[in-house]
Amino acid sequence: MRTAGSDHQLLIRLRARDEGAFTELVQRYHRPLVRLAGAFVSRDELAEDVAQETWLAMLKGLDKFEGRSSLRTWLFQICVNRARSIGERDHRTVPVEHIEPAVDAEQFSPTGAWTSPPTPWPERDLADDAAMLARIRQAISELPQLQRLVVTMRDIDGVTSSEVCQVLSISEANQRVLLHRGRANIRHGIDEAVIRR
Amino acid sequence: MNVIARFARRHDLTCRRAVELITDYLDKALPGRQRADVERHLSRCPHCSEYLRQLKATIMAIGRVDSDQLSPDVKNTLILLYRRNEG
Ligand SMILES: [Zn+2]
Repeated sequence: MRTAGSDHQLLIRLRARDEGAFTELVQRYHRPLVRLAGAFVSRDELAEDVAQETWLAMLKGLDKFEGRSSLRTWLFQICVNRARSIGERDHRTVPVEHIEPAVDAEQFSPTGAWTSPPTPWPERDLADDAAMLARIRQAISELPQLQRLVVTMRDIDGVTSSEVCQVLSISEANQRVLLHRGRANIRHGIDEAVIRR
Repeated sequence: MNVIARFARRHDLTCRRAVELITDYLDKALPGRQRADVERHLSRCPHCSEYLRQLKATIMAIGRVDSDQLSPDVKNTLILLYRRNEG
């Protein structure tokens, strides 16, 4: 993942009105912003709009940005705030601010032993299989919203746990529970696909 | 039971507990003692080791669901946005 240092250099260049710095930032963060917005709004075009508005808001706020968080965190925060309000207007299921009720993907006996232990998967790389990747993409989109946001930022965009906490205003402990459940749900989905084969 | 065996017993995790701790374990967010408990459990338990393997494979695969290629159209739109704003 890119380092905060080079984001910082881009910020300096951006403030000097260097278009190349903007292009570089767009290469890095436009896709992650669209993904982030996608967890709040129902249509892909809306997510794209939110990401574009985020860039505009960044440019307009550049002189006021104090750099107390990283540039990436700031961008993601702008995006989440916009996506949230548009998502509400869009009448999508309103984000739930607490942790979703636990529905464990794994089952254990009262003594804490596996009731059906995981059976080994084929050796080859899951990501080499286009159908499997499509299935995983689907599984991510079906996660409860906060799980989806945390899994997306941590495992697709490579954002650190403390940045995720800042962007979503959740505690470290909540972040880990959400990440754990999200990954476990996706592992479960993959497992079902592997078994059915 | 000797002292060491009693100590080991006291720190034996159930599979449920080991699985609960696995994300924190991967994030290196566990205190030393708990980390050692998870490692000991994993070294003895083929089921939880398999689970860890699958979870790692899952994380790797999630990391590859989206190619980060920006389409030239979108890139151009954003550059125009920049120029309009600066101009
Ligand atoms: Zn176990």
